[in-house]
Amino acid sequence: MLKYIIPSVKLTLVMIVLCAVAYPLLVSGIARFAPGQGKGETLSVNGKVVGYANVGQSFTRDDYFQGRPSAVGYNAAGSAGSNKGPSNADYLKTVQERIDTFLVHNPGVTREQIPAEMVTASGSGLDPDISPASAAVQVQRISNLRKIDAQILQQLITEHTEKPLLGPQKINVLKLNIALDQIK
Amino acid sequence: MNTEITGVLVTFFITLLIAFPLGKYIARVFRGEKTITDFMSPFERFIYKICGIDPTREMTWKQHMAALLSINLVWVVYAFFVLIFQDKLPLNPDGNPGMTPDLSFNTAISFLVNCNLQHYSGESDLTYLTQLIVVTFLQFVSAATGVAAVAVLFRAFAEKTTTKLGNFFVFFTQTITRILLPLSIIMAVILAFNGTPASFDGKDSIVTLQGDSVQVSRGPAAGMIAIKHLGTNGGGWFGANSAHPLENPNYVTNMVEIVAQVILPMALVFAFGFFIMRRRLGYVIFGVMTLGMLTFMIPNFFSEMGGSPALAKMHLANATAMEGKEVRLGVPASAYWQVMTTVISTGSVNSMHDSSMPMSGAMQMLGMMTNCFYGGKGVGLLNYFIFLIIAVFISGLMVGRTPEFLGRKVEAREIKIAAIIALLHPFLVLAGTALSAYFAAHHADINWAVKPGAWLNNPGSHGFSEMLYEYTSSSANNGSGFEGLGDNNLFWNITTGIVMILGRFIPIIGPVAIAGLLAKKKYIPQSAGTLQTDTATFGIMTYAVIMILAALAFFPALTLGPIAEFFNLY
Repeated sequence: MLKYIIPSVKLTLVMIVLCAVAYPLLVSGIARFAPGQGKGETLSVNGKVVGYANVGQSFTRDDYFQGRPSAVGYNAAGSAGSNKGPSNADYLKTVQERIDTFLVHNPGVTREQIPAEMVTASGSGLDPDISPASAAVQVQRISNLRKIDAQILQQLITEHTEKPLLGPQKINVLKLNIALDQIK
Repeated sequence: MNTEITGVLVTFFITLLIAFPLGKYIARVFRGEKTITDFMSPFERFIYKICGIDPTREMTWKQHMAALLSINLVWVVYAFFVLIFQDKLPLNPDGNPGMTPDLSFNTAISFLVNCNLQHYSGESDLTYLTQLIVVTFLQFVSAATGVAAVAVLFRAFAEKTTTKLGNFFVFFTQTITRILLPLSIIMAVILAFNGTPASFDGKDSIVTLQGDSVQVSRGPAAGMIAIKHLGTNGGGWFGANSAHPLENPNYVTNMVEIVAQVILPMALVFAFGFFIMRRRLGYVIFGVMTLGMLTFMIPNFFSEMGGSPALAKMHLANATAMEGKEVRLGVPASAYWQVMTTVISTGSVNSMHDSSMPMSGAMQMLGMMTNCFYGGKGVGLLNYFIFLIIAVFISGLMVGRTPEFLGRKVEAREIKIAAIIALLHPFLVLAGTALSAYFAAHHADINWAVKPGAWLNNPGSHGFSEMLYEYTSSSANNGSGFEGLGDNNLFWNITTGIVMILGRFIPIIGPVAIAGLLAKKKYIPQSAGTLQTDTATFGIMTYAVIMILAALAFFPALTLGPIAEFFNLY
């Protein structure tokens, strides 16, 4: 076995250089030409960065469209899901509380209108998206608070709904709210 | 919803479309025939030269294993110390601390053995340096180790009677230079152009639209995420793995990642058929593996699509099982991933398995309990080979003939090895689970970093599933988890570390030994009395052996976990 150790050590060094130095540097170099130069794509308002397009952020103010519940409070430096099992009684109580809170903040909405995704935590805790139905259920609230016609908000949702060829329809909450702020 | 189901079918179809020609290519590489990557030859010769390797020297199966174990020993020692001292090394823009010895022990083994069980969170417990020179490095070389081991199997059955089975270092090097690196570069670029970070900048501080200050973790992740899938490793750059929106930004990257992790395990099966000039055998093995995958996929898919029964009682607009899932990926693509990542031992996740429905959890565990439907990089086929030998033996007994496989008599010694390997996996899983259940129940207050009483994130049978899943994942070298488990403490770091290392090397040595022993034997030409192993009948026989062994070993444990939870919920 000893006679294999020396070539093993040498081969290890070569592979570290190849796979852990040259390869990531190459990828990093090519990624400079990608959107966001490989640093992650950001969104700005009036020249000020307000977030990463792909990383969900917390919207607690009622006059914004809100994203999904997050097990880590949208901590973008410590992603995680809740890891609660579907039969966990405490977890189901939390969900019930979220429903109650949602109903208080959204007068006129009934529980039959709330999509499950709005009361369940995402996998990463940083889900940047919601479904069109989850945006629609918030229209009345925002319309009341911002004094914007519900029709206009509905229009805004339609414009921001991404309909990929494959996969689910979705709306990026941050992009939607940036556009919302621009309605005067 | 229809676009989502189409998405899953398209994904599987693309996987097949790539895996088949890739299998042909791999067979050509290991035969030393002309391929499009021949421009690598001078570079490879340069590597052999500076490392003092004679590429023409052929090895016996024992020499193969000696070389494999030597180089793996070097890696584990290296990784262990670098992780402990990472805080004193450069490229640590976020100022993360060094690892504790028990966490480093677990992490070094975990990446060495292609498991990628993570008791840490990438954002806060690794530096950019260790993400690259430990994690990414081991993701390449552990995958190449598995392929180099299965290449011995290829050689053993390609010739009539031989002890010369190629050179380990050559198989290993070529796997990296001609298979893993080129594919990884292509994939990393696709990811980077879809929004995965690839630069060396540290955490960013921003003020959000509504005025909160937040920090956003980044880093040179794209390259690591590519090899994590191509090498069936599965360890994520970020804590949330491929559920993280930077690690898996959209539906397209999701398809790329799930295709990437399946193509090589599939391709190796085809490559085996091409290499030993028995394509039919390759197709039969592929057919059985696909049947096995579907056996778990279909119940999992329907269980996830059926939604959550407890949510249904709350009378919302729907009861979609979105806990632990991401909107951009949706339920069907998450369900598909849950099964694929467990049958092929990748263990990356795009949804939190802990929050999936009980039957889904059972299917994920069964994927790892059988661990050979496509299976991990190289080792999946080796595991399958063990069951194949057992099926040959049982069939031989049934029809009253000497068991033979590809013209070699299968005798007592080979069967003994196969039996030990087949029993090892259930032993490691069940013994580990029993031990942890004992501590959780009877010694809840031991002063470990996480007290046994606080290990479980969920009560009752689901809590039991968390422990069962952890050992199943460790022994199968999968690496996914019911991540609610409080596993960063002395007990879990040490026990799963031991389980991982046994669950890796013994199931590599066993089948390679059988292959080596069979290759030495006198070749018996086919006759009317030969058991045909490349028929559907024999395929079904192998399938039955795998399923019966798994059921006998694991059914009682599954009853206490997901099955009990199922009957409580529905």
